[in-house]
Amino acid sequence: MLIKRPADIRPSEITPEPVYQSRRAFLAGLTGAGLLAAAPEVLAQAMANVTLVAPPMRYKTNPRYSTTETPNSFDEVTGYNNFYEFGTGKSDPAANAQAFRTRPWKVEVAGEAEVTGSFTLEDILKPHALEERIYRLRCVEAWSMVIPWVGFPLGDLLKRFKPTSKARYVEFTTLLDPKQMPGQRYAVLDWPYVEGLRIDEAMNPLAILAVGLYGKTLPNQSGAPLRLVVPWKYGFKSIKSIVRIRFTEGRPRSSWEKSAPREYGFYANVNPNVDHPRWSQKRERRIGSAAFWDRQPTQMFNGYGDEVASLYAGMDLAKSF
Amino acid sequence: MALSQEQLARFVLKPLVLLGCLAPFAWLAAGIAGIGPVSLGANPVEEILHTLGKWGLNFLLITLCVTPLRQLTGWVHWIRLRRMLGLTAFFYLLGHFLFYLLVDQGVDYRLVLEDVAKRPYITVGFTGLMLLVPLALTSTRTSMRRLGRRWQKLHRLVYVAALLGCIHFYWQVKADVREPLLYFAALAVLLGWRWWKYRQRLARAAAPTATRIPASTSAPPTAVRRPMGSSSSHHASRDASTGSPVSAIDTNAA
Repeated sequence: MLIKRPADIRPSEITPEPVYQSRRAFLAGLTGAGLLAAAPEVLAQAMANVTLVAPPMRYKTNPRYSTTETPNSFDEVTGYNNFYEFGTGKSDPAANAQAFRTRPWKVEVAGEAEVTGSFTLEDILKPHALEERIYRLRCVEAWSMVIPWVGFPLGDLLKRFKPTSKARYVEFTTLLDPKQMPGQRYAVLDWPYVEGLRIDEAMNPLAILAVGLYGKTLPNQSGAPLRLVVPWKYGFKSIKSIVRIRFTEGRPRSSWEKSAPREYGFYANVNPNVDHPRWSQKRERRIGSAAFWDRQPTQMFNGYGDEVASLYAGMDLAKSF
Repeated sequence: MALSQEQLARFVLKPLVLLGCLAPFAWLAAGIAGIGPVSLGANPVEEILHTLGKWGLNFLLITLCVTPLRQLTGWVHWIRLRRMLGLTAFFYLLGHFLFYLLVDQGVDYRLVLEDVAKRPYITVGFTGLMLLVPLALTSTRTSMRRLGRRWQKLHRLVYVAALLGCIHFYWQVKADVREPLLYFAALAVLLGWRWWKYRQRLARAAAPTATRIPASTSAPPTAVRRPMGSSSSHHASRDASTGSPVSAIDTNAA
């Protein structure tokens, strides 16, 4: 299915994030040169200003794929999440990802495709019009949020690499950099983080690559500069800070699958009828809900069954969980 | 006038430790009421549940520090903190369970029963709490006196409860087992210490038996000596009443 892009956003108008990001690098360079080293608060002030003057992202909300539920606050979305590369606590990513450098950023494309090689983030983003998608996110830990992502359909990018008939799966890899990602200094998971999708899942219009949320450039703790969002699957499938996309014939093994195959499957579709071995998946706690003690029923495919159920026709989802 | 050691323990140390016992609860209460800078974060239910559980386990391990502390420092008055610390652990863990039951699960008994039966980490945690119930009920001085040496035997259940608590924590985390492993390590040290002491006493009791029997017949019987020092007799008799064969040997040897 093709996405109809609004005609009023041309590629040339897309937010030139690198422009203001490079100013951050420039400021950081100044510190390196010792010019601002004596006054870190000056630098902090300057950085804050840079963020403030950053041009807003240009995007259009896509109502076709957006929920009308109230989104969680920016603080909830960016202050409570899992990003084990920056620590296993829910507030660790926000605390430890602030100095993470997301520019320059390269994405390597490899495997069963005609176009492969190393691409700058700018190359990756250039032809794609950004759109806002307000998606539900259901964590495997039985909490959920509603998040206004800014991104573009994953399938549109993958098609540019002309995957061959052998490309049955797509594997994604997160940056491996223990210097910048303190969580990687411990083998909590088998680093780097790897995730995968079947190619038809990846081509589904619901699957997007996000570069922003709440109309702003993706905060570091949320998976900057480029992350996957597959809202019908548990949150851990939506891999963050992607540096490698590989088309494969065989099914990739994802990090959580490797870590605990009984608990985390390759598909990881949101499914209230298949419990995690240690907790029920029937209900979920919506973060920020007024009745904070309440749990609401979890929906099959997180409520995206109309779009994705056909992908799994004839499959036993209790076995392929 | 200077405080006696006993007064120091009762009127200075104990109130201070009581404040420490209440501190996590006060922090939670402040968070719930929105007082001060305390924030329970985006998922307050999880934060409260985990805080109660973790401090329950912390206090359980702190309780297990009392005996080694007494043995290491030779200061008997540490024992005055033991009941308070143990009950603090119990109340946090009971709170942890009730909060899970009434708020986290929203009194959906079907789900709770399913959880207790189907999920080993909950079964284990629940069993640990159940083991603590008779200990809390028999924590009074009256019970101590009434149960005599059976009291200590009963209260050894705390070792099992602490172990189950650590397993509950270990099974509950998703992948990062570092913190639960620290708890296991702490428990291993605390139980290992007791095991070591126990072996020491066994060895002391076994080796010099031949030489000691004539010695003890010539010395005045300990039972006669005890009432002379009034404050020490209190502790000595408590030790004896809580004593298993092991600590009975210990008292005789001392």
